[in-house]
Amino acid sequence: MSEALAELGDLIATSQADGVSDFAVANGELTVHATLAGIVPLITWLRDNPACQFTTMIDITAIDWPGREKRFDLVYHFLSMPQNQRVRVKVAVAEDEIVPSIVEVHPSADWFEREVFDMYGIMFSGHPDMRRILTDYGFRGYPLRKDFPTTGYVEVRYDETEKRVVYEPVKLVQDYRLFDFMSPWEGAEYILPGDEKKEA
Amino acid sequence: MMDGTAGDTLSGEQKIRNFNINFGPQHPAAHGVLRMVLELDGEVVERVDPHIGLLHRGTEKLMESRTYLQNLPYFDRLDYVAPMNQEHAWCLAIERLAGVEVPRRGQLVRVLYCEMGRILNHLLNVTTQAMDVGALTPPLWGFEEREKLMVFYERACGARLHAAYFRPGGVHQDLTPQLCDDIWQWTEEFPAVLDDLEGLLTENRIFKQRNVDIGIVSLEEAQAYGFSGVMVRGSGWAWDLRRAQPYECYDEFDFRIPVGKNGDCYDRYLCRMWEMRESTRIMRQALEKMDQCKGDPVLTRDGKVAPPRRGDMKTSMEALIHHFKLYTEGFRVPEGEIYAAVEAPKGEFGVYLVSDGSNKPYKAKIRAPGYPHLAAMDHLSRGHLLADVSALLGSLDIVFGEIDR
Repeated sequence: MSEALAELGDLIATSQADGVSDFAVANGELTVHATLAGIVPLITWLRDNPACQFTTMIDITAIDWPGREKRFDLVYHFLSMPQNQRVRVKVAVAEDEIVPSIVEVHPSADWFEREVFDMYGIMFSGHPDMRRILTDYGFRGYPLRKDFPTTGYVEVRYDETEKRVVYEPVKLVQDYRLFDFMSPWEGAEYILPGDEKKEA
Repeated sequence: MMDGTAGDTLSGEQKIRNFNINFGPQHPAAHGVLRMVLELDGEVVERVDPHIGLLHRGTEKLMESRTYLQNLPYFDRLDYVAPMNQEHAWCLAIERLAGVEVPRRGQLVRVLYCEMGRILNHLLNVTTQAMDVGALTPPLWGFEEREKLMVFYERACGARLHAAYFRPGGVHQDLTPQLCDDIWQWTEEFPAVLDDLEGLLTENRIFKQRNVDIGIVSLEEAQAYGFSGVMVRGSGWAWDLRRAQPYECYDEFDFRIPVGKNGDCYDRYLCRMWEMRESTRIMRQALEKMDQCKGDPVLTRDGKVAPPRRGDMKTSMEALIHHFKLYTEGFRVPEGEIYAAVEAPKGEFGVYLVSDGSNKPYKAKIRAPGYPHLAAMDHLSRGHLLADVSALLGSLDIVFGEIDR
């Protein structure tokens, strides 16, 4: 299984040397690390090459790594029904970089790219309809970024005097409870009561 | 109202404009909270713009601040028509990343309940789609069977819908022998109900007029638009993850994959009806296999991902510590990433999980099958009549819990 995947990865890496920086096989899955500029030719090639035939786009999502220079990982999943195999393509994207859209290659990417834009604020160039998709009309911010609070910034209620739904800043009657149950012996980063005396 | 400024009294040279209407968000045929902006030329659909997100609850964001086990119930609330199939994908993702073995009896119970979920889903979809095109009796008959199945859900886990029954490492509790007997009894009676339903629909003139040759999907389109499940099988490709990429113990089961010929709404209906019969067969096989391993554990007992037995906790300090740690800190999943997909009733339901080695997922992406299906709505409905939109929407099998997440 993993040998066949490594072979496939080798094929992709050698045929698309411009677009692929590296590949890895882990947990029985093939991950190809691509470059931002080479993403569209790579995905077109993956779709059309007879040994790959990744004709179905399964998913596009992103991962936020706030500490990294290139903040986001854009992750594509593809499935080949004829070859019965899967591949994951990963691209590192900085916050101000614009990603070329793959709607021309896979029409199904339309909504997935809109979702990534909605949730992470990554822009796609060449997308026909770059609107928000899941969040409210007029929503601000990018919810799945790690610096976006889980509570959000606004809350809604129906106002009896104005006879309409109004938006207000979030007011919590008690602090948002985020319990940290990480074991203090295994990497949790907080000071146990009494530890502060150690320094003195 | 026409949205033009020209008065209605103008004759010959009158400017003809397309008509925009809102389909939903409160429409019985929208299957939930879907708002579709339809642009109509007379009765012909020119453009469809589905507005989704009215049921968006931020599941993926919430999951990042909860432990793996606390995240499990969110999966019931995605596709609430077949809850356990979703839980299955989450459990598989964790198990593959953490390398947890599921005991055989646990696997069989999972298969049994996944197939039950498939029947639950198809019963709802087939009958409500029939209601969208004008039949009232099928949902009444179908929901009676759904009710029986939900009682089986309740007897296994205590909840009719939001089960939280599949756990990483197996299932929460074993089934009682009486429950197994009752499910067996039900599988004997159910095919007759399916025959009745087919008698109402399959050769029904109105049903065929509304469904045959509506929303034809070719195999090329199915791939280009990212379809899966019945949407592919209806077009004639026997693609089923249970067969193509077997998970759990599906490779031991004898079942057939129904495929359609034309890829229209009617073929998808026929596929769903036949899949229910196949699911009933799988359930019977699972019950037979479970008979051979009575009393075996259904949940892994290593104490690292699943809790120890109550009895052990009374006598063993280690078991007590395991229990306490599991329900406070939760278990940790090794660093890495995984994509686990199952053949949910609606198509490929996948979970992309990125773990940083802590007790909470760093990132979890839920790949819902209905999402690309609904995204293709614009492509599929162009050129159809307005009345076909509801038939097509019903046939896509849309549930907003999973699309909006």
